[in-house]
Amino acid sequence: MAYNLKINGTAHSVDVDDDTPLLWVIRDVLGMTGTKFGCGAALCGACTVHIDGVATRSCITTVDSIGDSAITTIEAIGETPQGAALQKAWLDLEVIQCGYCQSGQLMSAAALLKETPKPTDEDINSAMSGNVCRCGTYQRIRAAIKQAAEA
Amino acid sequence: MDTLNLDAPTSGPSTSRRTFLKGGGLLLGFALLGGMTTSVFAANAAQVTEDEVKAPFAPNGFIRIDPKGTVTLVMPMVEMGQGTYTSLAMLLAEELEVDLDQVQVQHAPPNDALYANSILHIQSTGLSSSVRAFWTPLRQAGAVGRTLLIAAAAKQWGVEPGTCKAAHGVVTDGSGSKHLSYGELAEAASKLPVPAADSVKLKEPKDFTLIGTPAKRLDTPMKVDGRAIYGIDTKLPGMKVAAIAISPVLGGKVKTVDEKAALAVKGVHQVVKIDEAVAVVADHLGAAKKGLEAAAIEWDDGPHATVNSADIIKELEEKSKQPGAVARNEGDAEKALGSAAQRIDAIYQVPFLAHATMEPMNCTVHMQKDSCDIWVGTQVPTLTQMFVAGVTGFPKEAIRIHNHLLGGGFGRRLEPDGTVLAVKIAKHVDGPVKVVWSREEDIQHDMYRPYYYDRMSAGLDADGKPVAWTHRIAGSSIFARYVPQLFVNGLDPDAVEAAAEPPYALPNIHVDYVQVEPPGVPTAFWRGVGPTHNVFVVESFMDELAHAAKQDPVAYRKALLTNNPRALGVLTLAAEKAGWGTPLPDGQGRGVSVAFIFGSYVAQVAEVEVGTDGAVKVNRIVCGLDCGMSVNPDTIEAQIEGGSIFGLTAALHGAITIKDGRVEQSNFDNYLPMRIDEVPVIETHLIKSSEAPGGIGEVPTSIVSAAVTNAIFAATGKRVRTLPVDPEMLKSSS
Repeated sequence: MAYNLKINGTAHSVDVDDDTPLLWVIRDVLGMTGTKFGCGAALCGACTVHIDGVATRSCITTVDSIGDSAITTIEAIGETPQGAALQKAWLDLEVIQCGYCQSGQLMSAAALLKETPKPTDEDINSAMSGNVCRCGTYQRIRAAIKQAAEA
Repeated sequence: MDTLNLDAPTSGPSTSRRTFLKGGGLLLGFALLGGMTTSVFAANAAQVTEDEVKAPFAPNGFIRIDPKGTVTLVMPMVEMGQGTYTSLAMLLAEELEVDLDQVQVQHAPPNDALYANSILHIQSTGLSSSVRAFWTPLRQAGAVGRTLLIAAAAKQWGVEPGTCKAAHGVVTDGSGSKHLSYGELAEAASKLPVPAADSVKLKEPKDFTLIGTPAKRLDTPMKVDGRAIYGIDTKLPGMKVAAIAISPVLGGKVKTVDEKAALAVKGVHQVVKIDEAVAVVADHLGAAKKGLEAAAIEWDDGPHATVNSADIIKELEEKSKQPGAVARNEGDAEKALGSAAQRIDAIYQVPFLAHATMEPMNCTVHMQKDSCDIWVGTQVPTLTQMFVAGVTGFPKEAIRIHNHLLGGGFGRRLEPDGTVLAVKIAKHVDGPVKVVWSREEDIQHDMYRPYYYDRMSAGLDADGKPVAWTHRIAGSSIFARYVPQLFVNGLDPDAVEAAAEPPYALPNIHVDYVQVEPPGVPTAFWRGVGPTHNVFVVESFMDELAHAAKQDPVAYRKALLTNNPRALGVLTLAAEKAGWGTPLPDGQGRGVSVAFIFGSYVAQVAEVEVGTDGAVKVNRIVCGLDCGMSVNPDTIEAQIEGGSIFGLTAALHGAITIKDGRVEQSNFDNYLPMRIDEVPVIETHLIKSSEAPGGIGEVPTSIVSAAVTNAIFAATGKRVRTLPVDPEMLKSSS
């Protein structure tokens, strides 16, 4: 079935089964590979995108559930003030190691800052504990979120 | 940030060059450096380029400079998060006299002659060896480049090369009035005879301007906005994607597949059956996975269908009763044990572990008539090429390996099994196909860190000092499979690493190894390999000895390290920074561990809190480190932080278990990673050193578990001898 998706402000038409996860539409059908596949079961957060500003695991979000909602991916998160501040803090503090999970980390963090501009440690734990990093960059992620919140 | 470039490559494999390098560069006029030259460098915002860069000035495998001034440094080792693309670039740039923001780095093609790691003798990123192996060769390569560029300028000016100087990619004459950029010199320098690498003069460490400074990483800007390309992000014209199911029991085979049902799924093109796996080829992975499910595969489990963890452990227990291949024998440990005032015995066990890299296993293959292209992130490009040659029958020159950034390695990508499987599938597919494993396949068809079963004995004299030490290790030999030429007389050097040579003065010591192979469970290197198991055992047992001797664990160790000043140094530093000896609330404790591993000295003090329900919370890790001269100190700290968490994850949560020949764990809900709400504060204290550089990536992973379990003992009086930590065992009666 054909769907019209609004991603990063651009309309895309795709023809896939109703139950196709958004992740594969973004990555394989539309070729935007910044959003990552990690677990396929909303357990790691690597695939996080924003749907109408809300951090959403695209690996379990089917294409038929999106409707007219606006999708934002890592490729465009730098256009939001939170995203830009976080990207800068991520680089200032050298958060990143392998980087594979960091698209998802940044998307979760951007949603957090939009909702809670001055997050406490508890806020950070609750917003970010769905995002796994096997390189173990968590200490710097926490510091970078705090730095971005001060920006 | 600059512009994004998400364009797919425009044509087939040979011209598949990613284009993100072009376009985005801002031009940095040399006016900024004094305005004496019209030449420019392209300062690339995207600093990792995928395919080979051709340039006239290419004096060795590592340096490419074109007339426009683009400096490309070819990276012999691969970037998997450890920061090697920055630290190796720093070694080159230091001697070449260019700034890091003037260079881009490129993944090396497979070529052992040019890019072999001098410690591993193959182009392999492992053993925390990149800086150690390339410390001299890359500085020499940079110096060769600088020497030639200076010579080219001197020739043009008709002056002695010794009167000229190079800095920031520009050669200046003795008067300081003439300048030529490296781009302007590239053609002329390429025509000069290349001096031998060991004939050029290297800078004195006191003159380093880059090495030892906390440099910004070259690979991270592209990792904050989705531009970084990992193997799994490969895009090619006409490419299909495939989901795969491998026999749940190792050695099992496909029995039945409902091809028709799979093909009925929209977007599915083909079902490929090979002996041990089924792949469903489709337009996108959503369709491929749906098709794979519809295929309702039935398996013939084969000979390993009854393998269970309990049986594997029982066999280890039995076989470890017999002597093994001797790794070290000094004095007479048996005799000294017999006459000791006090004898302590213990059995330690560590489980199978999966790597669970965030980027699941994947590989893209384009089989052609008499050649093939492979797009993958691998720690071993030449070995991969050799394996693909084996499975295709093509000469290795016909196999083009396009390496990528790795979404985690941890040793998993030292194994070409995923590529071999992808090639077997691609043989049946017309055009390029990307095979992507699900997380479940990734965990259940990993190659696992071996289960080790260790028997420890020690004798103490009347003062509590160790007079005898025996350590028997039983477990699978990775070397016997991976590097059989180094598996000599039944001894696996990796299995005994850090056990055969503990840092302490131990007068009578006997260490041996018994090879026991678990049926149907493939084993492989895992971050920290031998030491990650042995340091846990040795340092836990040393803690037991201190306790038996009624001595403080730090003081006890110090007394045995009087002839090992660097080990003593890190132990003293970590203990001091951690506030060793200062009181902690009830239910909390501090533990220590110390080791010399991967060429570095390291000590950690862990602070833990154990609840009445047995739950362990690690609050703080303090690390003292002497890794010799440091190249990029910020990366070293990052490795201590991340590597400690990798080790903590294993110590607290990690276990792969086998039931009926199948791995029981499948995803991050039952193979638990540490998450942000669980991690401790980690502090790194670096000892300034002028010693040769040591390794770092696997050091913290190896040291952390004993510090934590020793802290658990301090908090509860309960000794953890089997990993992962079992909260049941730590429940208090109150």
